[in-house]
This record gives sequence, C-alpha cells and structure tokens, in this order.
Amino acid sequence: MALLEVTNLDVRFGLRQGEVRALRDVSFTLERGERLGIVGESGAGKSVAAFSLLNLIGKPGFIAGGSITFDGLELNSMSERALRKVRGNRISMIFQDPMMTLNPVLSIGEQMVECLKAHRRISSKQARAIALDKLQQVQIPSPETRLDQYPHELSGGMRQRIIIAIALLLDPDIIIADEPTTALDVTIQAEIMALLLELCEQHNVGLILITHDLGVVSQVTQRMLVMYAGRVIEQGPTREIINDPQHPYTQGLINALPQMATPGERLNQIRGSMPSLSNLPDGCAFHPRCDFINKANGEPRPACVQKVPEFVDSGNCRVACHMVAEMQEDRRLKLEEIS
Amino acid sequence: MTIPTVTQSSSQTTRPRIPSRWERLRDSYLWYSFKRDHTAQLCLAIFIGLVIVAFASPLLAPTDPYDLRQIDIMASELPPFWIDGADERFILGTDAQGRDLLSIILYGTRVSLLIGFGAVILQALLGVTFGLMAGYLGGRVDALLMRLADIQLSFSTLMVAIVVGAVVKATMGGAFYSEYAVIMLILIIGLAEWPQYARTVRASVLAEKNKEYVDAARVMGLRSKRIMFRHVLPNTLSPIFVISTVQIANAIISEAALSFLGLGMPETHPSLGSLIKSGFDYIQSGSWWITLIPGAVLVILVLSINLLGDWLRDVMNPRLYKG
Repeated sequence: MALLEVTNLDVRFGLRQGEVRALRDVSFTLERGERLGIVGESGAGKSVAAFSLLNLIGKPGFIAGGSITFDGLELNSMSERALRKVRGNRISMIFQDPMMTLNPVLSIGEQMVECLKAHRRISSKQARAIALDKLQQVQIPSPETRLDQYPHELSGGMRQRIIIAIALLLDPDIIIADEPTTALDVTIQAEIMALLLELCEQHNVGLILITHDLGVVSQVTQRMLVMYAGRVIEQGPTREIINDPQHPYTQGLINALPQMATPGERLNQIRGSMPSLSNLPDGCAFHPRCDFINKANGEPRPACVQKVPEFVDSGNCRVACHMVAEMQEDRRLKLEEIS
Repeated sequence: MTIPTVTQSSSQTTRPRIPSRWERLRDSYLWYSFKRDHTAQLCLAIFIGLVIVAFASPLLAPTDPYDLRQIDIMASELPPFWIDGADERFILGTDAQGRDLLSIILYGTRVSLLIGFGAVILQALLGVTFGLMAGYLGGRVDALLMRLADIQLSFSTLMVAIVVGAVVKATMGGAFYSEYAVIMLILIIGLAEWPQYARTVRASVLAEKNKEYVDAARVMGLRSKRIMFRHVLPNTLSPIFVISTVQIANAIISEAALSFLGLGMPETHPSLGSLIKSGFDYIQSGSWWITLIPGAVLVILVLSINLLGDWLRDVMNPRLYKG
C-alpha cells in the first residue's frame, strides 16, 4: 500500500453565489521517498489540493468527499487533535514566499524550538541542538548566529533554507512544497531546489512539489499530475509526460515553454484563459481552448462538449481526454506520410 | 585616482556577536526618535517623576493624611507659601479638614495612578483576549463578542459606576464600599472600557490572520491558542501600546470624574478627583488652592501621558512618518 493515497477528493467552497467545486475527483498516490510533481495554471487547484491533504482548508472551503489515507490513517475523518500530531510532524509544508512564512517577531531559534516542542517532549536545550543540526544540514553559514536572528535580518534564499530546515525538523515522511522557489531569483532557485532534492533523497522523504515550472518538475520529480480547473487531466511518470504528452492541454503547456527560438519568433501559447470554477463549460472543461477540433467546421467534437472525459490508460500514463486514441491515430498517419 | 584595497575581513570566521537587548534598544528607531523628540523626553520625565513621587509618598510626604491624629482642624484652609497668612509647615497650604495639601496630593496621585493602571490592565486582559478570539476564531464567536462589546459601549462608564456602586452599597453597606473603593473603581472602569481594546486588537488580528506565517504555524501542528497568543498577538502589539497610553489617561480622567461626582474614592482616602471635589465647595470662600492645585497635577499627569501616546503612535505607525 502506498504511503499516501488520495481517492476521489472533492473540495468545495460554499460561497454566496453557490458552491464552487475547487477539486473534483482528484486521485493520486505517493510512495515512501517518491517525488511527485503537481503542475497547472494559477487557479487550477494545486494549492487547495496541498492544503486539503492536511485538512487545513480555510473557511468557507470544505472537503465534500473522497478519502485521504496516510500510512493507514484516514486524515479526512480524523479529529483536530489527532490531525495536529500529523501536521508538521509527519507531513510538513514549505510555502511560496519565504518573506511571509516566518513570523517577523520571533527569532529563528524560537520558531524552530516551538515547532519541536509542540510535537516532542524535550527540553529547550535539546530542541536547540536539533534545530542547530538541521540548520547545518541546509548549509547555512554560521548557523549558531542564525538561531538568534530575526527573519528580517536574513536574505530570501537564507530564509527559504531555514524554512526547509523547519520542514525537516521532525523528520517527516512527506514534505509538501508549494511553489518553493517562485519568490526567489533564478540562481538561488537552482540552489534551493538542489538542496531540497538532496535532503529528500538523503532522508528518504516523499516530496509533493507544486509548481508551474515544468523545468523544475522534469528535473526533480519521478511522477507528475497535470491539473486543470480542479481536475487531474493527466498523470504518469514525469519523463513520459514531458517527452510525449497525451492531453492537448499538457501538449500546449510544453509547447509554450520558451525554446531556443530564433529572434522575432513568437512563443507558443494556449489560447484563451482558464474558465472560472463557478462557471465551467459542459463536458471537458478544456474544450473551448482545445486545438483538437473538427477541421471541417472549426467546432469542437460533440463528445468533448457533452461528456466529462474518463481516464484512459495510455502506456504508463492516464489521460482524461476523449480524443487520445484519435490523436494517436492521427500522429501515426502523419508519421507514415513522412516515411 | 585611488584603487580600493581589498580587505581580508571575509576570511575571518569569527561569528558576529549577538547584540544584547539593551544594544538592540539603543540601535532601534524607537530610541533614535526619542532622542530627537524633546516633548517626549519632557513628558516621560514628568510622568516617571510623578509615578516615583506618588508611589514613594509614604516616605516623601511631610505628614500622613490618613492619620487622623496628625490633623489639626484649627489649621484648615491655610493658603500656600507664596500667599500671606501661610504656615511654613504646609508648603501648599491645607484643605478644609486641615490636612497638608502637598501630602494629600502625593497620596491622591498614588491612588489615581493605581486605579488608572489597574483599570487599564484589566481592560487590556479582557479586551486583548476577547479581541484575539473574535478576530482569530471568527464566525459566531466573533459575532457574539463584538455584540457584547457594542452593548458594553452603549452603557457609559458613569452609568456602570452608578449601578455597581448602588448595588454594592445596598448589599454590602457603605463602609464596605469605602474600604474596597480602589478595587471597585478598577473593576468598574476596567469593565466599562474593554471594548476599546477588543476592537483594536480584532482589527489587527484580522489583518495578521491572513498572512502566511499563520498558515505556516497551523501546518506545523500548533494549537489555535498558541498561534493566537504567541504568533499573532506579538504582531499586534504596537496598536496595543498606543491605545494603552490613551486608555491610562482616560482611566485616570474617568476616575477623577467619578470621584468628583461622589461615586469614587471617599474623602478619607481621596484621589485627585475627590480632592478637586472636596475643594470645590470652598472655591467661593477664597480657598481656591484646594481645588486648583490637585487639578493642575491631574492636568499635567494626563497631558504628559497623552503627549507620550502621541509620540508613540507616530513612531509605531510608519505610515504617519513625518520625515
């Protein structure tokens, strides 16, 4: 059995205009020590998925259905008290903006010691020693000094290292990293990602990496999910998805990456923008933007408009698209033409 | 043209010394601003001076005004030293009962400050706790607590004092009320004014609650109580400090007003307010000092606290920064 099993997770937000379904039928698994990437546009439900794993969705959001099983525990129906023992202790989380994640009025040491003491019965001295050890692991220069410094005295990269140290503090089984490098500049991004990867491998920690950076996902993760409008639309081994994306949306995302283009050449893009979750189109949510349409009249295929696509196995991947078989047939024909 | 020399300081691995609390204060903007603001310095000096003098009154005062044996009714209504007919034993003159005005002002300032601080501490305890709960927990708790605050604010302090005073006097007797008047006044002013704190704290908490460090603390698995008091509260301290100065001044004024109306401290243990009241009856007969001197002390005390509060607000609110 996998370490973390999410099945048919359904998250809704009760708003005045009615319920908005932020996640629908999201299912995935994570093995011990495995690294999983979740990609998608802003608003696709990536962060909601992360927070719902810890049952921490703020009001007015709530988990309407599905189950989250972690190491035999059903997180969805656990009491608040029992959940607190999982949070931070066995599943920890790294946030996007290191400037905001640390409490500005507490020193680094105080924040780390507090986290340790919330979960273990140890003295402040022992906690400080563990904190120091973790700071050394994230390769912070002069870690002892850092313990007594306040967040504003540190640079962004250094703060993100501290946040990683805090995430590792209690030797968790899973770290959820919600766009951990978005707020950092490119050179620091690479350093932080390499550090995170190294520490996860070293401690055999599972990593759920939420990002919209396909480059990072392809380098760090073993498997990935592509999300669109609250649904998983494609999942499978990262390498296969990056090399041979099946869903038109994933294809669009990968085409949109800047290639070494000649000057003046426009970058590819997916036309339109993601629909509002409260007003999703019928059938496949992606069909208004999909390039795979009837060539004869420029209309979307009837199946795409009428029915929500089921998952189809395609090699090691699972794709939610009506047209997978057809697209593959098309491609085969094209290849034959060329040869 | 000079070529900058490369210093080798980076190769030294001595770790920087952690500044002590005093050094942190000395380097802070608070201290910097204080050094440049003469009004604040003067006000703090006056305020601290008054506090020290008031609380050291048993040592400093020439006589003990609570000791009836030291009072000579024949020496009543003597004027202060710069007026003819003054007695050199009584620098600021005497009141209608023949008590030394200087001594009784010192003792009275102590009572006023005691009530002011006590009431503000009570207000702050209630207000901060309720404000934090309302802001952080939200929903029904918020609605309930804030409606309670609205109800509380719709009673004036005077009304609360009259009702509480009447009830206590009726049930326990006047002697009991006089004996515990300080505690009674702290309770009355404290209970009447907590919504000021609750509202300020709630507003700050609502702003802080949505910051990521609160999410991070929840993800760490900390309890709500701990997040509220250890993570959110310290971030809302600056408005609490600012409002505290205003509230201390307000509490002292409220106490004076209540005493002036005869709802506060009894004549035997007068505060500044009851001194003003007791002298008020003699103003027409020319003994103005019994009212005016305690009045001046009250004004100076409240004014210096208020000016300190103004300065603190300017320092702690960067948006009001005035170059």
